[in-house]
Amino acid sequence: MPADVFHSTVTQLNALMGGFFLLSCFAMVATRQILACLKIFVVQSIFLAASACLLGSLHTSWHLFEVAMITVASKVILIPWLLRRSISHDIYARREVSQVFNIPTSLLMALALALFAFFLARPLLPRLAGPSWVNLPIGLLGLFIGAFVVAARREAIPQVIGILAMENGVFLAGIAIASSLPLIAELAAALDALVVTLVFGLLASRIHSHVGTTTVGDLATLKEE
Amino acid sequence: MVLIVMLVILAVTAGVCLIPTRSRVFAPGITVLGAVAILALATHVALTAAAGSKVVAIRDWVSCDGFGALILLLVAYVGLGTAIFSWGHMKGPDGADGALRLRRYYCLHNLFLLAMLAVVTLAQISLVWIALEFTTLASVFLVSFEKTPKAFEAAWKYAILTTMGAILALFGILLLYWGMHQAGGGLFTWDGLTAAMPKMPAGILETAFILILVGLGSKAGMAPLHSWLPDAYSQAPVPVCVLLSLVETATIPYVIFRLWPGFAGPVGAYTGSWLVFFGLVSAGVAAFLLIQVKELKRLFAFSTIEHLGIILVAAGLGGAAAASSAAYQMVTHIITKSFCFFAVGAALLVIKNQRIESIQGLVRSFPLAGVALLLGALAVSGAPPFAVFLSEFSVLKVGLSQSQYLAVGLLVLFVGISFCAIMFHHSRMVFGRPLVPANRPAVPVSYLAPLLLTALPMALLWIYMPGALADLLRLVGALLGR
Repeated sequence: MPADVFHSTVTQLNALMGGFFLLSCFAMVATRQILACLKIFVVQSIFLAASACLLGSLHTSWHLFEVAMITVASKVILIPWLLRRSISHDIYARREVSQVFNIPTSLLMALALALFAFFLARPLLPRLAGPSWVNLPIGLLGLFIGAFVVAARREAIPQVIGILAMENGVFLAGIAIASSLPLIAELAAALDALVVTLVFGLLASRIHSHVGTTTVGDLATLKEE
Repeated sequence: MVLIVMLVILAVTAGVCLIPTRSRVFAPGITVLGAVAILALATHVALTAAAGSKVVAIRDWVSCDGFGALILLLVAYVGLGTAIFSWGHMKGPDGADGALRLRRYYCLHNLFLLAMLAVVTLAQISLVWIALEFTTLASVFLVSFEKTPKAFEAAWKYAILTTMGAILALFGILLLYWGMHQAGGGLFTWDGLTAAMPKMPAGILETAFILILVGLGSKAGMAPLHSWLPDAYSQAPVPVCVLLSLVETATIPYVIFRLWPGFAGPVGAYTGSWLVFFGLVSAGVAAFLLIQVKELKRLFAFSTIEHLGIILVAAGLGGAAAASSAAYQMVTHIITKSFCFFAVGAALLVIKNQRIESIQGLVRSFPLAGVALLLGALAVSGAPPFAVFLSEFSVLKVGLSQSQYLAVGLLVLFVGISFCAIMFHHSRMVFGRPLVPANRPAVPVSYLAPLLLTALPMALLWIYMPGALADLLRLVGALLGR
């Protein structure tokens, strides 16, 4: 394949992955079922890994392929397995009926966050020439929408998934802007994501056994009187 | 080499604490021994650094200069206090389950200290971020130690909000890495970064700074992102409150201020004014919340937020004198706050309920706790001649010398309101007619020793300032002052 055809194909594929990543963020806001939320997170992590592979093939950087492999190992395999183990299965089948906002409102707010992310990223974009520019605004959007998921959900597991989605957003931008970060940092970040999942999962299961609920949003006894 | 030995000691003691033994003295004993060793080594590092030489264990990976050594010394000093205090204060339920919980407590206590030491000794910024994240992860189960529904609620809020903040800060750190790449690259260490920062585009620097300040600020309890902090303090055991204060007013400001030498010119003015703004908001919010506070540990939680505000304002003023007064404030605050919490722990020997309205006449029913609480309240709210007064005074002096009249005026107002609020609550708790009959429990040595350990510097810094400490503060000023 000629070099320029390859280049433009990969660029378009990367933009497509960015688009899918963006869609998965909105899907996470719109789903009520906890298991579906987890599945969307897994799919989102696959898009992240795919984007890392595409950028890696473009820059012929083995480093980005390693990042993709670490992402698949930690976020597609280990973290979902840990989360499924920590809380009993019937909770995953549950649908959340009492979210803080209803779904149309949530989607509108997510849209506002998306505009805000593009607004914030705009002055930085001219510095990011080349095919990876799309990763920066979409990564920032992933960060904001993840934070919104944490704030809008009352159940423990979706809140943890929101935090992990924030991290996915940071890494989607990271593979574009900090592609030569030493591998040890990536490994440590993957380890950190695993430990975060472990600690939150353990805490959620303790809350389940001691308080009798995993709807952490309803725990509101501590406040200023 | 010394730095590696310190990290290894804490990792080993954390592991050894988990060994199941029948004796309940084993884990606390090992923890105290480890803490003594850490303090000895930290003093050695601090003396070396005060003489002006950087302590390097592995070049570009593990090293410690004057600022790092100052925080290292604080972590070691306060860590020894909490280790001793835990010995008498932490009592799990009877039986095998209680023993297991205590062993886990000491393990996490050491891991928490290990994470804090790692923050100040690691030079690679991405690893510093990981270490900061581990301070949260190690302390989540310390906050939920009591295993009550309220404790779990506090621990969950704490974990969620601080982890979100850390991820926000990670984005800022990656932006800085990007900027460094554009400015020509180099090693992503503190030295490499601050050398490259003046060459970076201003847009990247400003965005990265805001993300890092807001992210780490939510982890430090900076208003308006502080909502988890009083909840966590009200539920966490007393020694854990001390360690949380240590993270919030020493370790995290350390990381934020490390970026300081790199902000020059217009970016410097921009970042400085944000720091002053958030500092004033924190001090103001805390001052007004202190008026209506209902619980003893919440009161000191708001006082921590207030002091974080003072530290941020001091550093935001800019210049060498401001930076060393911010560092001085970090030292005096955490020593005084530890004393206050140890006094609260002593008071908890007789009071079962920490609601302020149900505590009266402590000075008659239990004089030691009453006197200690009163001294602590005076010291932490900035009454002379205690150490916090000296440092707050130096902050105000620097502000006035830079003609920052508005910031200084507001700060004086907020400190004044806090002083009145803290003294009002404490005069009710300490004086008056006791609600409960006089009950003077034997005070164990494990309470007296940490009280004494923190009272000495708190009360005597105005007479005698150790030369090495003064050197370290001057070094911080030289490092951070632009």
